[in-house]
Amino acid sequence: MSTLVTLPVLLPVLGAALTVLAARSARTQRLIGIVVLAAVSVVAAVLLVAAHRDGPVVAELGGWPAPVGIVLVADRLSALLLLISTVVTLAVLVYAIGQRISDYGRETASTTFHPIFLLLSTGVSLAYLTGDLFSLFVAFEIMLAASYVLITRRTSASRIRSGMTYVIISLTSSLLFLTTIALVYAATGTVNLADLAGRVAELPAGLRTLLSMLAIVTFGIKAAMVPLHFWLPDSYPNAPAPVTALFAGLLTKVGVYALLRTQTLVFPGTGPSAVLLVLAVLTMVVGALGALAQDDLNRLLSFLLVSHIGFMLFGLAVYDARGAAGTALYIVHHITVQATLFLVSGLITRRTGTVSIDAMGGLAKRSPALAVLFAVPALTLAGIPPTSGFVAKLALLQAGTGDVATAVVAGFVVLASLLTLYAVVRVWVRVFWGTEKEPLPDPDPTDELVVGTARASRPMYAATVALVAVSIAIAAAAGPLSAVTERAGSDLLARVPYIEAVLG
Amino acid sequence: MITINVAMAVVLAVLYSVGFYLLLQRSLMRILIGIVVLGHGANLLLQLAGGPPARAPVLGTALPEEFADPLPQALALTAVVITFALTTYLLALGYRSWVLTGRDEVQDDVEDRRVAERARPEGSMEEDAEVPEDEEDPGSAAASDRTDEPAEAVPGTAGSGAAR
Repeated sequence: MSTLVTLPVLLPVLGAALTVLAARSARTQRLIGIVVLAAVSVVAAVLLVAAHRDGPVVAELGGWPAPVGIVLVADRLSALLLLISTVVTLAVLVYAIGQRISDYGRETASTTFHPIFLLLSTGVSLAYLTGDLFSLFVAFEIMLAASYVLITRRTSASRIRSGMTYVIISLTSSLLFLTTIALVYAATGTVNLADLAGRVAELPAGLRTLLSMLAIVTFGIKAAMVPLHFWLPDSYPNAPAPVTALFAGLLTKVGVYALLRTQTLVFPGTGPSAVLLVLAVLTMVVGALGALAQDDLNRLLSFLLVSHIGFMLFGLAVYDARGAAGTALYIVHHITVQATLFLVSGLITRRTGTVSIDAMGGLAKRSPALAVLFAVPALTLAGIPPTSGFVAKLALLQAGTGDVATAVVAGFVVLASLLTLYAVVRVWVRVFWGTEKEPLPDPDPTDELVVGTARASRPMYAATVALVAVSIAIAAAAGPLSAVTERAGSDLLARVPYIEAVLG
Repeated sequence: MITINVAMAVVLAVLYSVGFYLLLQRSLMRILIGIVVLGHGANLLLQLAGGPPARAPVLGTALPEEFADPLPQALALTAVVITFALTTYLLALGYRSWVLTGRDEVQDDVEDRRVAERARPEGSMEEDAEVPEDEEDPGSAAASDRTDEPAEAVPGTAGSGAAR
């Protein structure tokens, strides 16, 4: 069983190497990508079942026991997030393949896209599974280095600036992370998370707060927490649709996962954290209000993404088992729905030839299928019953009932949900209703961003439909799923199962 | 009794402050050097986290109590490789940016400015009218952080960027 934990990291990295070798054959590359990600999904599902039944699955790399060696740990939370992330990555890959086929034809192979895509998946898997602070840094770097290439690939004069912003901000946060690791090691003499859990508790309170705040800032930048979010709405909309969908679905959520893991395991608090509650409110409100001001569809979705990071922070800030469970459920729901929305936005821009909401109109008449594909994830994001968004928000709101401060913040959760609903309804009215407008011509045929050809191959629709189906399945399977997340939440707060599994 | 190495603490303080100062500049080249300096600071800090210098941790050459902690060195080595690789990538990207846009400055986001312009009170219609121009030619857009800068200033900035 413990070999199985290494596969989600090993398979994509080997797959990436193979796709480099197969750079001449587009078919082989596609096949490798899909097979690898499908295999990782299966492994993740097996790990989830095993972790839910028998507790965390641990692999000691090189046979060195913790805390000396590096460990990979799959507990309920990490296995669940790994599963949903890989499924979303697979769907996005299918979409990206479809897009490449409709743009460049069936035979055009790419030397960079497939290897980098699989490397990104490697980084994400490692980030979820690692039980070691420094490996977490390495995982972030693998993931981010791959994302730098994806966001600046085939860049143009108008888009390179936003790519640079993204790279520079991410590098800065990585260096802050490195600083945090150095200070943590200087204070405790270990980087193993389970070992740190015991040793950090022995540190003076002031030092503990300092380290904890450094971790919040580091992961807060990666998770796009207000006021550290400015880079996100600026850079994400400037990548091709599948890349944006992947980033929006996974990268920020890996940041939230790292926050959740370190703030519960290494820097446990007692009762609601005032700092995180304030940050959660700011993130929710600023993101939602920012979305209302936007005219660019992708920027609007990016601001909504920021806003919903606040929801996850809220669950963490409450700091009890129900809050952590709510956050886990919310991450699962949000990974799926945010990726879907960006994929749909890609399909919409193909129809209209523009990302400006003002220049769109009457799309429901011309492509009713697209209208349905947009409506379902949009309502899910806003949290209309009986969607998965409603289930996840309900879990969060229930967690907020214990205390006056958290109840107030829970009020902001409702407010931000309503603002989200307003933002997506506004998009609906202006894009799908109203007078029909002719699609704009493609301003720059070499640019992947705005295509406007109305050509969208079948895999693109299939992938989007599949993701919509996944989010419906999450709502349908809300019972068993929240059983898993509730156990995951109580495990996170109890800390003992994780520490015992790693240190034995 | 805790002792700290004052010289190293001063060096770290200088590296971090210089690094962050350079990061806040508008010129891409300075930002890049800022990242490099900051990276040196972080890697040095990682080194120092292992404690004072001591003997090489090889069995048989010294007593185990005299060994230096090898773990931070391994971590620093990994981090050095990563920062080196990413700095190289950033340098290539900076060069690409210079080739594409002809200047070395980080510009404002065009869409950001458009949203900000919309929020302005009436009477600033002239500036509103100039925004579509910016969109057609993103290279000329937002050369400065001030949105109300006259359009004539733009060729000047472009020229100074190309001259660099």
